[in-house]
Amino acid sequence: MRGVSVIGIGETQFGELWDKSFRELGIEAGLRAIQEAKIAAENVDAIYVGNMSAGKFIDQEHVAALVADYSGLVDQHLPTVRVEGGGACSAIAIHQAAMSIASGVHDIVVVGGAEKMTDVGDVEANAILSSTTDQEWESVFGATFAGLYAMMARRHMFEHGTTREQLAAVAVKNHKNGSMNPNAQFQKEITIETVLQAPRVAEPLGVFDCAPLSDGAAAVVLCSADKARKFTDTPINLIGTGHATDFLAVHDRRDLTTMDATVIAGKRAFHAAGKTPIDVKVAEVHDNFTISEIMAVEDLRFVPKGKGGYATEDGETALNARISVNTSGGLKARGYPVGATGVAQAVEIVRQLRGEAGKRQVAGAEVGLTHTLGGTGATAVVHLFARGD
Amino acid sequence: MAIPRFWREIPSRYNLVASKCLNCAMVDFPPREVCTRCGRKSIGNMERVKLSGRGQVVTYSIVHDAPKEFEMMKPYVLAIVQMDEGVRMTSQIVDCENAEVKIGMRVETAFRRLGAEGEAGIIHYGYKFRPAA
Repeated sequence: MRGVSVIGIGETQFGELWDKSFRELGIEAGLRAIQEAKIAAENVDAIYVGNMSAGKFIDQEHVAALVADYSGLVDQHLPTVRVEGGGACSAIAIHQAAMSIASGVHDIVVVGGAEKMTDVGDVEANAILSSTTDQEWESVFGATFAGLYAMMARRHMFEHGTTREQLAAVAVKNHKNGSMNPNAQFQKEITIETVLQAPRVAEPLGVFDCAPLSDGAAAVVLCSADKARKFTDTPINLIGTGHATDFLAVHDRRDLTTMDATVIAGKRAFHAAGKTPIDVKVAEVHDNFTISEIMAVEDLRFVPKGKGGYATEDGETALNARISVNTSGGLKARGYPVGATGVAQAVEIVRQLRGEAGKRQVAGAEVGLTHTLGGTGATAVVHLFARGD
Repeated sequence: MAIPRFWREIPSRYNLVASKCLNCAMVDFPPREVCTRCGRKSIGNMERVKLSGRGQVVTYSIVHDAPKEFEMMKPYVLAIVQMDEGVRMTSQIVDCENAEVKIGMRVETAFRRLGAEGEAGIIHYGYKFRPAA
């Protein structure tokens, strides 16, 4: 199998972008990545697009063809694939695109992720997000997306002594990181008090425990590692990938405070890369809720089980601490256009490994990780990246 | 949504019909055709059983931000309950104050209205939980 490198990255501003449509966002990110990679249209062999639910958010299906069309690549008549998988869709798209390169079928593939969420109201957007849970045996009974994560949080507090303040510390850290990211939706620091006093969504979670509804897109250009040097002096290699699934409904899971999909995806990625969690200095993890980041840093073995809250409170996951988690601001502050997530995380890690992250640069980062969830954790994808030099 | 979508789930939502693997005795709800533990050994060996309806609260949340259908109920308690047969289920806890709900609390199922399809649409029913008698 051939190695795979990232040779170009691009992303849009994240936020409530009333003046931009789904197609404009997707194209903006994609063209940035293509220009950065210094490739020509005829170099592109395929396009993979991660998108959670354009069908529900903007009534548009068949978005893979749409994106190829508006990219100005219509003359190439490229094969295009749209990947579905809840919040993990564009992380899965990276995996699928990488396999198409590793197998020798393609040399250069553009992978995009995009979501346009603000063309519907808040209540409808939350109902759409909730469609990644079990509609027949969770949602019908009143389970909301936040409510399901809140029940994981409650159980984590019960079993491991995690506190409300520790949950809040995740949001505070990620807002601080977001304040150094010019593309982030929220670039303002907050305090523990801000989080604790915010209106309640699903106890114990409040508004500041939840990632926002956002518009945005991100893209990467993947290339076979043996050809990457033709296009860039700083290829970043995709050195390991793990993709795993679990029970769709939260109540069926083995342990409500552990996401087995994350554990398995992490093991697969570390095994493929020949690395261990200690090698990782920078990670973008799926903090759609504050509890999600606490469970992720535990399930990825950055900290022992049950210690995610304590580690966050003690600053172990802050910028340039033991491991820098969510330097972009994460889903919480950078924003959460669902389908863009996995690729946006990869964009941040590539920036960090190239040394191009500006004020939020992690010193000496050589290996970086992305962790992306679908739904309430029925899907998890982990990618490991490393400098190619 | 189409009426059959509710109608075909009636056995489990009204009468707690679950499945039991005759190979390992594990109970699944809603019924499964394949046991999650035994795989192919269970195919054709999954018996229908009725749950007792009794169990205890494993975790819960008080939901304040609710979808349109649940607007009138909020804030309401959402819980995951471990049934005495071992399987877990998600629904609301009713017939008590929200503040009374605790992890470990004994509950039983109660037949309740879950929602309706718009103002003149069909009403659908199923189980909720209430403190055990």
